[in-house]
Amino acid sequence: MKSKSHIADTHKYNFNYENRVVLKNSGIIDPENIEEYIGVGGYKAWEKVLTQMKPMEVVEEVKVSGLLGRGGAAFPAGLKWSFTAPLKAEQKYIVINADEGEPGTFKDRLIMEGDPHKLLEGTMIAAYAVGASKSYIYIRGEYTLCISRLKKAIVQANEYGILGENIFDSGFNHEIEIKIGAGAYVCGEETALIESMEGNRGTPRSKPPFPGVEGAWHKPTVVNNVETIANVSAIINNGADWYKTLGVEGCYGTKVYTIMGDVELPGLCEAEMGTSLRTIINKYGGGMKNGKQFKAALVGGAAGVFLSNEMLDVKMDFNTLKEYEAVLGSGAILVMNEDVDIVEMLWSVIRFFRHESCGKCNPCSNGTTVLYNLIDKIRKGKGKEADLDELIRISEAMFLTSFCALGQSPLMPIKSAINNFKEDFLTKIK
Amino acid sequence: MIVYLNGKAYEAKPEETVLQLALRNGIYIPNLCFHEKTGKAAKCRACVVEIEGVPGLKTSCNLPVTDGMEVTTNSEKVLQAQRMVVDLALSSGQHDCLSCEQNGNCELQDAAYYLGIERPSFQLYDDDYEVDDSSEFIRVDRSRCISCGRCVVGCNETVVNEVINFGNRGFDTKIIFDDNLVMGTSACVQCGECVQLCPVGCLIDKRAIGSGRTWELEKVETVCPYCGVGCRLEVHIDRKQDKIIRVTGVEDSPTNNGMLCVKGRYGFDFVNSEERLTTPLIKENGKFREADWDEAIALVAGKFSDIKKEFGSDSIAGLASAKVTNEENFVFQKLIRREVGTNNVDHCARL
Repeated sequence: MKSKSHIADTHKYNFNYENRVVLKNSGIIDPENIEEYIGVGGYKAWEKVLTQMKPMEVVEEVKVSGLLGRGGAAFPAGLKWSFTAPLKAEQKYIVINADEGEPGTFKDRLIMEGDPHKLLEGTMIAAYAVGASKSYIYIRGEYTLCISRLKKAIVQANEYGILGENIFDSGFNHEIEIKIGAGAYVCGEETALIESMEGNRGTPRSKPPFPGVEGAWHKPTVVNNVETIANVSAIINNGADWYKTLGVEGCYGTKVYTIMGDVELPGLCEAEMGTSLRTIINKYGGGMKNGKQFKAALVGGAAGVFLSNEMLDVKMDFNTLKEYEAVLGSGAILVMNEDVDIVEMLWSVIRFFRHESCGKCNPCSNGTTVLYNLIDKIRKGKGKEADLDELIRISEAMFLTSFCALGQSPLMPIKSAINNFKEDFLTKIK
Repeated sequence: MIVYLNGKAYEAKPEETVLQLALRNGIYIPNLCFHEKTGKAAKCRACVVEIEGVPGLKTSCNLPVTDGMEVTTNSEKVLQAQRMVVDLALSSGQHDCLSCEQNGNCELQDAAYYLGIERPSFQLYDDDYEVDDSSEFIRVDRSRCISCGRCVVGCNETVVNEVINFGNRGFDTKIIFDDNLVMGTSACVQCGECVQLCPVGCLIDKRAIGSGRTWELEKVETVCPYCGVGCRLEVHIDRKQDKIIRVTGVEDSPTNNGMLCVKGRYGFDFVNSEERLTTPLIKENGKFREADWDEAIALVAGKFSDIKKEFGSDSIAGLASAKVTNEENFVFQKLIRREVGTNNVDHCARL
């Protein structure tokens, strides 16, 4: 249980408790005590779906809510479930993608640390909806506190008969197991995650077949992000119509952001979809640190975009950002002040991709190295202006030809950095 | 089913992929990792094509044909992407064709030729790779590897020896043997399947190095003489010297599906050996002398007849080898039963 003084402290910084869906209980209840979760209305949605709803009604409710996947790709969650739910199979699986590898993203970590039962409840609802008797939570190995809290939560849920066999006399059985990842960025890609879970080298698989049809151990498997699943119990409790009152048209609900860099209050915030970058920085990030000027924000992690101050008032949601050739991605916001050199930032982003390329496909494993060599040359003042076009040309070809999203990703940070902050590059080029 | 390739209609088989349809009809799409035996890997990404109504590009090796599909394999967008992919593969190692054993038989060379790539645009060659010369018959030169994965699939799924796999990640990905041993000390049995599958000059037949270019050699198809399985193989012969340079398995053979064992693939040095027996020898007074077949067979037949006369048919037994063909086994038992007159005939497979 957090001390009262802790809560008082957070209020001092005017955190946004009013809008919370996913983080509603985080920092308020004791995450290691199931009774506290039940005390704030936890597992009500689970009881509701088991005792009052048919699986397809659950799928339909989530579909109508318009819940989009929060891992970065924004695929409609209900639609994903609707592919797997009608399939006849002796075994289906739910896999929770908790391999949060996008640089600067730690939202899933804090969801799991702060409210592990919320994730379990959402997982069970998803499992009931698609007819899966087993779920896996694939979690990155560094998240030791998450792992221990989730393990405790699973034990408690079993003890309370919330998980296990014939839950609430419904005849539905469910088991949740934790799988621990070994630290590869690419294993956040759902098919690579499944490969890794099966004990193989973590590299992506060809799609189709999609995991929803043929996933883990060739069985239909729904892979959802932690934050996506953490929204589900609220949708069931309050209804899809309530959910659609949050956010903007076509992109409903809230988004958990991780704000880092040159802001006064780096950390976590949950804001409605469509909140502007300016609001997030000023209201939840405490404004720019030491009164410095805003220069850029890298939104969406390494596979994100460098936004300039012209984008400060654009609504942050999946669809609007797409119109501006930007992405919301995982919701990481790295704020940079006037002193930051974008070339250095891009160098670090590309170095990350080079390091994390899995080596399966040729354009990515060789392309990321070519990109790194080029940006390293520019960074050291040995580049030419034509190298900037070359960076874009190579990353565009990688976007068109790479096996998975990893090799397709460098284009976005490269293009946005060069287009929005060309001056930084030109000063390095003699 | 009709599929349009570059505007022209082709009859497609429902189970085939766009790449298979194109290759079957003489339309080349650069491809480095696909092989009929190891299947679609979609790893090299060189076979990208445009599909009408589908955004972006798609790899044709894992794209099933659909009725009415309109495929473009030669638009500028496609060629540009293919050029970048092949250029990157060429840049990734030391792909010098001049003295490469695979010259003229290299799929990377074919792709570069088709796309008009003179030399690699980028310098990525990592000169840390040492040539692994530790095994008897196979040389491993990782600087020529393009990580296509054919050898990995071949070793694990075709011949199921499970020796080769990928090690490391990203740009440093390389093929490894067992737990990163040199090939010579690994569990490799030198079947050479990986050599046959390698599209480039990474895994090569060590003894053939410098012995003749592929276009100088005559290819003769025959059946392996070693055992009764009857693997079809292709012998690559240098006619000027009348010498076998290398042996490969015939890919569409129903017996061996291109696979061979170490003997069939590499055990051909006896052919030109000076120690090879070319006539029967008869030992007289403790010394061998050359004889012809009629004389030798008459001598053996005469001795068997004598034994049979003196001690009876059952004093003789015949034991056949599992390595000869069924027909030969049949003829052999016929010889023992009818000519010798005994049922004392058996086969080493029963011992």
